[in-house]
Amino acid sequence: MNSYKGVLKENLWDNNPVFVQILGICSTLAVTNNLTNTFIMTLSVVFVAGLTNFTVASIKHLIPGKVRMIIQTLIISFFVIIVDLLLRAFLPAVSKSLGPYVGLIITNCIIMGRAEAFAQSNKPLISLWDGITTGIGYMWILMAIAFIRELLGFGSLFGIQVMPEGFQTWTIMIMAPSAFFILGGAIWIINNIKLSKESSK
Amino acid sequence: MAPDINPLVLLFASIFTSNILLANFLGMCSFISISKDMDSANGLGMSVTAVLTITTAINWVVYKFILIPFDLLYLRFIVFIIIIAATVQVLEMVIDRFSPSLYMALGIFLPLITVNCAILGVALFMEIRGYSFIQSIIFALGSGLGWWLAIVSLAAIQKKVLKAPVPEGLKGAGITLITIGFMAMAFIGFSGMLIVQ
Repeated sequence: MNSYKGVLKENLWDNNPVFVQILGICSTLAVTNNLTNTFIMTLSVVFVAGLTNFTVASIKHLIPGKVRMIIQTLIISFFVIIVDLLLRAFLPAVSKSLGPYVGLIITNCIIMGRAEAFAQSNKPLISLWDGITTGIGYMWILMAIAFIRELLGFGSLFGIQVMPEGFQTWTIMIMAPSAFFILGGAIWIINNIKLSKESSK
Repeated sequence: MAPDINPLVLLFASIFTSNILLANFLGMCSFISISKDMDSANGLGMSVTAVLTITTAINWVVYKFILIPFDLLYLRFIVFIIIIAATVQVLEMVIDRFSPSLYMALGIFLPLITVNCAILGVALFMEIRGYSFIQSIIFALGSGLGWWLAIVSLAAIQKKVLKAPVPEGLKGAGITLITIGFMAMAFIGFSGMLIVQ
């Protein structure tokens, strides 16, 4: 069950954090009108989720059960601070436009959820893998949303104009409601695929 | 340094036009899982408003008088989250001691609030926008009320949606997200009236 390949499939599709568990969208949905920002944000989540899982799995015998949650939160904050400082140093423009959302990775339920559900009962290396794949499962769906929003909202991809000159941009795609509509629609499509698979069995 | 904003405008903006949940997507996790039941939605909304206002006030003081003078800004994430966790803990004990009936109503929600992104989000927004003490409190109160209003409205809408003929694949999370999308459009519709930020 806990093979590397099994974990990968589980986190990318069967038990994807975004469209199956609806977790952790708070900190990233807000930046999905821009592909570059979404990519940096979700990459940070991959980094923090992987290393948090690894750390928690490595020191789980040393943590008393009662203060487990607060220690996990501190471990997560530690890695988020590293990400924040790195972004400020190397990508100041991105760091500025992400604003408070980098810090909000701390309260991203996915990371603590995985630390609690997986890292507490597994070995460090596979926990690291679980954190990374959960992050990637989170990344691909949000990148897909950002792709649609940036393409229709600004007519560009990663800031490069791709739509023809006279393209009428969709203002709604830049605003918040479109993120809800697209995510709701994506969940609908994915559920339909799953349902049709089940009925064909 | 604090931006010059009319307090009433700030309150209105944080409840409606830049609603912490519908425009900034904060506090989604507990929002989606709790919004099925009216009473819990109400209890959670009330707790979030109270905790948000109290922690923002404490966070502002700590930020201004400890983090800035000692040049410890890089520690702010850890400091904010510890203050939030500690405040929630203390609040839980105080309510338990003085008002058991209120504790029965709110008790189960308080621990959930520590990991509610809206609380940390408001603290970080307050820091980035450089609000004064009074502005921070108004902003926190408005955000809390806005969150409360949104979760209660969603719980009320969900009751109707449950009876509606929703396509199989869209049931559950899908239709909830689309409903939230429409709510967000309605809230943001006020934004022509005032511009903050």
